[in-house]
Amino acid sequence: MIRDALGIGIATGAYALSFGAISTAAGLSLLQTCALSVLMFTGASQFALVGVVGASGSVWAGAATAALLGSRNALYGVRLSSLLERGGWRRAAAAHFVIDETTAMAIARDSVAESRLAFWATGLAVFTLWNLGTLIGALATHALPDPKVLGFDAAPPAAFLALLAPRLRAREPMAIALGAGVVALVCLPFVPAGVPLLIVAVLVAIFGVLRSRG
Amino acid sequence: MMWAGVLVACASCYALKLAGLSLPASVLQDPRVQRTVPLVPVALLAALVVTQTFSTGHHLVLDVRAAALAVAIVAVLLRAPFLVVVASAAATAALLRLL
Repeated sequence: MIRDALGIGIATGAYALSFGAISTAAGLSLLQTCALSVLMFTGASQFALVGVVGASGSVWAGAATAALLGSRNALYGVRLSSLLERGGWRRAAAAHFVIDETTAMAIARDSVAESRLAFWATGLAVFTLWNLGTLIGALATHALPDPKVLGFDAAPPAAFLALLAPRLRAREPMAIALGAGVVALVCLPFVPAGVPLLIVAVLVAIFGVLRSRG
Repeated sequence: MMWAGVLVACASCYALKLAGLSLPASVLQDPRVQRTVPLVPVALLAALVVTQTFSTGHHLVLDVRAAALAVAIVAVLLRAPFLVVVASAAATAALLRLL
């Protein structure tokens, strides 16, 4: 289990390299980039914030998108709630580690003790290597003359695609992804940068609520 | 301004994680919540992919980023690791600009 946790940590560390690079190329300082990995610590939201800022959107549109993407962590929390320690600082600390990787590792274990061990081992491994990867990626990018020459502006969409792909295994999410893409492009010329994302989020929420009734 | 946005976003993301662990399960097990929340990242990530590929500011554009996205799609279909997907897209854009 510890070896699995380390393996996941190393994989996410490699992916943090690209976060550090993209964030720096988007114009965030080294300290802001590292603060995101330490304090936000949820990959898709971090990529969204720096992606919106890098595409000259306002940081507030980026922050709203990051929070919307972070909403899924609340559902992970519901599944983990009965497995983790109750109350006090351990719960407050555990909350910070509620992300895709720790949830996947902690659920479907044979006992609560195993779940807890998997959660904390994965959380600590990912947190350590995610922040290390971010720092290295950011430092390396700081040393480069012009990130655009290296194609760094083409990196964020590829990162979003890689985050999206595992969620497209059924017809409905595929249709939602296509619809969201079309809506975002159609409204893009008419609203401030980053706002198409918020429009898409509102529409998909309405869709979800209507569908769950019928 | 950047710092304020960064810190507010970090606080919001932490609050969501803590809410999941702390709120009564009945609130978040509402079928509407269970049904809707997983769809949000799908829609947002798809919107991020297309807007960041096919636009500059308020203009729709078709440039080397589209070719880079095509390469990224192939890499994803081949189940390449995350870093390879991102690096192959960046390398494609960089090479096409050199030509």
